[in-house]
Amino acid sequence: MTRTARDRALAAATGLCVALVLGMLLVVVGEIVRHGWPQLSWAFLTDQPTADMTGGGIFPAIYGTVALTLLMTVAVVPMGVATAVWLHEYAGRSSRLAAVVRAAVHNLAGVPSIVFGLFGLGFFVLFLGGSIDDLVYGDPTRPVWGKPGVLWAALTLAVLTLPVVIVTTEEALRAVPRDLREAALGLGATRLQTVVRVVLPNARAGILTGLILAVSRGAGEVAPILFTGAANFLPYLPSDLRDMFMHLGYHVFVLATQSPNVEAARPALYGTVLVLLVLTLSLNVAAVWLRSRYRAALRS
Amino acid sequence: MPAKMATRGLSVWYGSKRAIQDVTLDVEENAVTALIGPSGCGKSTFLRTLNRMNDLVEGCRVEGVVTLDGEDVYGRDVDAVAVRRRVGMVFQKSNPFPRSIFENVAFGLRIAGMRDRQTLAARVEESLRDAALWDEVKDRLGDSALALSGGQQQRLCIARALAVRPEVVLMDEPASALDPIATARIEELIRELKRRYTIVIVTHSMQQAARVSDFTAFFYMGELVEYGPTERIFTRPIQKRTEEYITGRFG
Amino acid sequence: MTPVNETGDAAAAGAPDPAVPPRDHDESEAADVPRRKSRRLADSFRTPWTHRLVERAVAAVAWTAIVAIAFIFVFVAREAIPLLYERHEDGSFRLVDLFAPRQWPGYDAPVYVWQPVGTPEKFNVVPLFVGTLKVTVLAMLLSVPLGVGCAMYVSQYASRRVREIVKPVIELLASLPSVVLGFFALIVLASSMQAVFGFRFRLNATVAAVALSLAIVPVVFTVTEDALSSVPRSLHEAAIALGARKYQTTLRVVIPAALPGIAAAIILGFGRAIGETMIVLMASGNAATLAPFDPTTSVRTVTATIAAELGEVARGEPHWRVLFLLGLMLFALTFLLNLAGGLIVRRLHRRLTASAT
Repeated sequence: MTRTARDRALAAATGLCVALVLGMLLVVVGEIVRHGWPQLSWAFLTDQPTADMTGGGIFPAIYGTVALTLLMTVAVVPMGVATAVWLHEYAGRSSRLAAVVRAAVHNLAGVPSIVFGLFGLGFFVLFLGGSIDDLVYGDPTRPVWGKPGVLWAALTLAVLTLPVVIVTTEEALRAVPRDLREAALGLGATRLQTVVRVVLPNARAGILTGLILAVSRGAGEVAPILFTGAANFLPYLPSDLRDMFMHLGYHVFVLATQSPNVEAARPALYGTVLVLLVLTLSLNVAAVWLRSRYRAALRS
Repeated sequence: MPAKMATRGLSVWYGSKRAIQDVTLDVEENAVTALIGPSGCGKSTFLRTLNRMNDLVEGCRVEGVVTLDGEDVYGRDVDAVAVRRRVGMVFQKSNPFPRSIFENVAFGLRIAGMRDRQTLAARVEESLRDAALWDEVKDRLGDSALALSGGQQQRLCIARALAVRPEVVLMDEPASALDPIATARIEELIRELKRRYTIVIVTHSMQQAARVSDFTAFFYMGELVEYGPTERIFTRPIQKRTEEYITGRFG
Repeated sequence: MTPVNETGDAAAAGAPDPAVPPRDHDESEAADVPRRKSRRLADSFRTPWTHRLVERAVAAVAWTAIVAIAFIFVFVAREAIPLLYERHEDGSFRLVDLFAPRQWPGYDAPVYVWQPVGTPEKFNVVPLFVGTLKVTVLAMLLSVPLGVGCAMYVSQYASRRVREIVKPVIELLASLPSVVLGFFALIVLASSMQAVFGFRFRLNATVAAVALSLAIVPVVFTVTEDALSSVPRSLHEAAIALGARKYQTTLRVVIPAALPGIAAAIILGFGRAIGETMIVLMASGNAATLAPFDPTTSVRTVTATIAAELGEVARGEPHWRVLFLLGLMLFALTFLLNLAGGLIVRRLHRRLTASAT
């Protein structure tokens, strides 16, 4: 083989990898869109499921997913932003604690999602909820807080998505020019005023990116909510933090594996998958677009 | 009359590297003091030590005394923020906030707790007039500060610094990124401002120091080599190194 | 870091100092300007205690990630550890049976069996770990070449425009919820693969591994691409100046320099594959068989076992505790893998940036 041929061969081989991966992505998305699209209708999105969930709509699952991720966002964004602010604005570059926090964040990101499920059950539901029940109600046979519910599931997901928010926010803080901090300090702003009035407003695109990525991740995760609050089917919409909830991802799992009549459930299944896919992918595309915008601003 | 600001035996370290060595200098009130010297000589570090801007630089250590009206700026019960509210700063690269012109000038007032809109508006106008920018921007105070030209942005930064009514204004090569016309306007402004403010300016241009300053301090390798009235420094320097520098033999 | 003020004595500054460099004095200029009435610095402003309080709170919140890691360990262990000291009077449960083979009534020889609903309950975790390993290794065999290949293409061959499209799209693959990939494997992939390869079992290790690799490729890709792109330009240029061709530069200079990064990518991908739940739960068939070298059998992984069984167990039973113990082992394993991967990546960055300067 000549040298040019070898050059071409390596380019072709690696290019083939890209083509294969993109091809598989295309097949997955294409297959889901092809079968799911005919299912989508206003009624599918807004109705209750009927007939063992093979008919009707998936409104409770959409509602549950939105409620879950909203609660999760309320918990994770302040925590994540505060951690990132501490890491980037307060901890010195040689801070040992900051190095440990960064390592913890990195490792937290790699904990298997099912372990988060066990943690949510063991800590939030059994320990925290159980302790509240012991202190307030004192009747272990009738748990009020010590049982799976949307609050506990949301908090579990908040811990799971914490690294996403921290890493994205810190990147955004890094993109805020040093000049602006100095300008504020030079005008007699305190450190906190500098952070709140100058640094954070200038990092808001990045913080929003982190929030969107966290929501997308939280909306798609099923394993952590298996034991912390997701329900197969609920005849009512959750209205209380302690209620269980239906969830798009969990609904997909249930329809695909536990349905008494898999063939009958298939149209509803494809429809649900498509809704979930559109939700997570569009959030991610939005995040990538947002990020590319402020990265470009950073470079110029 | 005592000096407005003074340093006694001032040394500054970055980690183990000494950037400023045993500098003793008086800054006269209502005068322009220029700090000159080759790049890396420590003049900017010295400037940033005067209003404790180096506090947040990791590994920076200050030894010796800096005073403002005879009071130790680094005193144990002195908040760096208190110092910066009386000793303002204009930076080498203009650094307006990505907000409106009005909000830029009002920033320092707002963080100091001023809420009344009329007072704010009056102070913003006054500061912009002081910075000779009012006539150019009075009809577009709501526009983004980033839409201004480079020279205008730097004058906006000066207005922003003046708005909080500091007593001393530190300027770190304020015209180094500007064209000659914008530079001339900044210099004119500095001469104008010294009637009411004490100004310390770092400059790499000896012509600029000669044009705007009353006193000149020549720094070399972290040390203050010579300090005196500008006219004398440029006509009858005492130290040999000063003479070599101002006659362009090095630097 | 607050600077240290060694002298800190304001009075000393007022005294005349003979060390002042030569200067003349001219006082006439400012005489007519009224002096501003200045207050003492020490009294004029003090950062409000509320600011310090908020800053304290922010610093406290920064501990969350550390506390979270610790709590995950503690509260998963809390449910698992009693297994070690609780007495099981009826002798139905012995710790040794978790790992060692045992000849159960009705069996001819000692066996590794996971059969929590049998009588007696059999909790041997070996088949589960074998299953996890089998699916993981199969998935890695697919995703490492694909991920590294994509990373090489994107970092070495793709034009800027192609790179700016391909890179985010591959990373988008990482955002597909695993339940969607599991669904795809179960409903679409399994049947078509059975039709092509004639598998005995529709759902098996290979089907799960193919779906799993879709989730792992972006991990391997991202870390590898990062390592390849951080190889300094100077190394490329040195190779090209010596007359090396593109493929020689890539294979002999760039890849060796980035090798630790690729190793880290494999480790991190491995950790992710071990911990992946929904894909294997839906696509692997979930039969706890012990056939380590047959890729066509159904397998039951550690993660899928926890996900499938925990919902039906009462708290405190041996079965419950074993499932938490599995989680604990999984956590420890991925923790070590991530630690190692992270360490390698950081060291590589330090080395490459050091050699660039």
